Amino acid sequence: MATLPHNKRLAIGGHSLNLRRFLDDWAMLLVAVLVFAGSALLIDNFLSPLNMRGLGLAISTVGIAACTMLFCLASGHFDLSVGSVIACAGVIAAVVMRDTSSVALGVAAALAMGLLVGLINGIVIAKLRINALITTLATMQIVRGLAYIFSNGKAVGVAQEGFFVFGNGQLWGVPVPIVITVLCFAFFGWLLNYTTYGRNTMAIGGNQEAARLAGVRVDRTKIVIFAVHGVVGALAGVVLASRMTSGQPMVGQGFELTVISACVLGGVSLAGGIGMMRHVIAGVLILAIIENAMNLKNIDTFYQYVIRGTILLLAVIIDRLKQR
Amino acid sequence: MTPGGNAMNTPHATASALRFTGIGKQFPGVRALSGITFEVRPGQVHALMGENGAGKSTLLKILGGAYTPSDGELRLGEQVLSFKSAADSIASGIAVIHQELHLVPDMSVAENLLLGHLPNRFGIVDRRALHRRARALLKGLAEEIDPSMRLGELSLGQRQLVEIAKALSRDARVIAFDEPTSSLSTREIDRLMGIIGRLRDEGRVVLYVSHRMEEIFRICDAVTVFKDGRFVCTFDDMSQLSHDQLVTSMVGRDIEDIYDYRERPQGEVALNVQGLLGPGLAKPASFNVRHGEVLGFFGLVGAGRTELLRLLSGLANHQAGQVSLDGQPLKLHSPRDAIDAGILLCPEDRKKEGIVPQASVAENINIGARPAHARFGCLLRRLWERNNAEKQIRALNVKTPSADQAILYLSGGNQQKAILGRWLSLPMKVLLLDEPTRGIDIGAKSEIYQIIHRLAADGVAVIVVSSDLMEVIGISDRIVVMCEGAITGEVPRAHAEESRLLQLALP
Repeated sequence: MATLPHNKRLAIGGHSLNLRRFLDDWAMLLVAVLVFAGSALLIDNFLSPLNMRGLGLAISTVGIAACTMLFCLASGHFDLSVGSVIACAGVIAAVVMRDTSSVALGVAAALAMGLLVGLINGIVIAKLRINALITTLATMQIVRGLAYIFSNGKAVGVAQEGFFVFGNGQLWGVPVPIVITVLCFAFFGWLLNYTTYGRNTMAIGGNQEAARLAGVRVDRTKIVIFAVHGVVGALAGVVLASRMTSGQPMVGQGFELTVISACVLGGVSLAGGIGMMRHVIAGVLILAIIENAMNLKNIDTFYQYVIRGTILLLAVIIDRLKQR
Repeated sequence: MTPGGNAMNTPHATASALRFTGIGKQFPGVRALSGITFEVRPGQVHALMGENGAGKSTLLKILGGAYTPSDGELRLGEQVLSFKSAADSIASGIAVIHQELHLVPDMSVAENLLLGHLPNRFGIVDRRALHRRARALLKGLAEEIDPSMRLGELSLGQRQLVEIAKALSRDARVIAFDEPTSSLSTREIDRLMGIIGRLRDEGRVVLYVSHRMEEIFRICDAVTVFKDGRFVCTFDDMSQLSHDQLVTSMVGRDIEDIYDYRERPQGEVALNVQGLLGPGLAKPASFNVRHGEVLGFFGLVGAGRTELLRLLSGLANHQAGQVSLDGQPLKLHSPRDAIDAGILLCPEDRKKEGIVPQASVAENINIGARPAHARFGCLLRRLWERNNAEKQIRALNVKTPSADQAILYLSGGNQQKAILGRWLSLPMKVLLLDEPTRGIDIGAKSEIYQIIHRLAADGVAVIVVSSDLMEVIGISDRIVVMCEGAITGEVPRAHAEESRLLQLALP
């Protein structure tokens, strides 16, 4: 048979590719485990219940926002406004609760604001075809400004005990923010892999024109991606405000870049079409563990910036070398 | 001769042959070239021929430094060439003129010509010297081009001349052309042929890749034929070579009947198009296609066939006219509308509009029919997904190590079959195929023809747009010809002769 050697070659090539794919899928999670193990061995108190709790809480805000940032990145875009949305959501929740004394209304108003910002981002990017960088750079500043305006530039305290459940409550002994984060990881991971919405998101990032021709409603999907990201960003803001027992207009500066770094560090492609929830989890864990370790080792904040940037740079360089 | 001017007439003292010895190239999962050995003598125009996917482009990319060969040796005269980058290749006196020209449209002709070594004083560009040198380079090639023009204003043929002038400015000893005439007018082709003849007479090594027989016989002194990444033979004496001999050596068998046309019963009119006008169409288009019929659309590139298919598949909005399917008028505002109506498109540009490259073969197959099979239209049925992918892969004989393989590693023909497979699990009334066999090998081609016949026999109305005249004649029941955005004629199979179709297709 003339075709036999051809098939055999393909099979061999396929095998090595599968090994590679396996590494692509799991390598960063393995690195996260190694970083965790290394910190546990080398740093006193790292494994103490108090520190573990702190680490979990540190993961929570970034983790929640990274879940939906994954969708933005997978579709070939990103969202810079999420840091401002977090601040503004906290402020709005606090202001509405101050004026109405209703926790439900406060949370609902914050989430509605997130939805609105996300819808605006999505519609401008999908329908008007304006670059995501410019669009979300603009909304980032607008929303940050609104946060200052609504709060008069000062932290707005929250008096409603019920509100503190989100940040300081416990469920089966686990802090609520961590529970919410884990639920987000699970839910959005499922959404990405097991629904047409998730698969369409990946296809749009992989090849937008091909997706359109295959019948994917590209514009609508993009709007949903940004709208959901807005709501989830606002949720992260509510959790953060609850932990701080106040809405603070200045929180979350540069937060969008931390979230994007975490995703990219874990292996999500900035160009779109490549990304999985385990990438995000790995990236978020690695960043948080290293930061936690540096804090425990009393490394100066200034140096922490340098180290974090170096790690991100190394990660993308390694990723690029792997593709050769 | 003006001093320092005309590069065309630089005599070559060191004319030496270009020798490929055992050149091979392995990609992940695919062997593109193996054991290529042949020699190109200076003062010759040497053609490379072969089916698409035979390995000509890969060889040119190796020559141009874009790929490093996995094995073998490349020599120019006594010198062993080993490139790490395109810059190395250029420095060794090699110029590859690609189909997609490597020029900057928004810069001037002069800047393009001297890019990388613009004449300057302390970094400030000396405009006068720039234009003087550019004019000198264009002398004898294309003197009508004003060096200060923006490159984007030039015709494709003129741009190609700029690329050649650039190669000559670096005194290239080897010049390789990759399908240089594919988008040129007849006059531009004549001019290019003249220039290539002069390059040969100056003792340069000229490689010429083309599919066009008449060009090969017109200017080439030798032909090397490739098939499936291997060297087949070199013909040294063009006067002894016949057209058929060359084709047979390329195909490796007689091309007699890969089309495998069979009579089929035809049903009612499926798609009826009346007075359709939209972007890319100069005159209202009217035609119909019946259930069970294969309707060919022939024309030159840019005749408006692709644009017509885009209107029918909801990708573009029409300005006037009516499309009806089985007597029902349709409103086509998006590809989704067309898909829901049973009008399914396999686009012309597989890479740009067909595949999602990093996604798996299964994913690429399932993306089209998925919504119809998902729970509540949004929750995937994993079992259906896996079965459907496996089923289409088997039914269409898609050669892939597994359904999970990223589709970009498959050959063009297998990618095309996977895209076809995308639609087979949906109710299909009209199938629109835009250049379905472009760039794929002959084996996959004949498989695609069989699929077309099978679908038509099942009552699907199939529209095939193709620029391959033999193919259109070979598979169609009826042929519509387009020219410059208008339908110029309709020819039934019985009267489909090459000359008649060409006449209708030419402006």
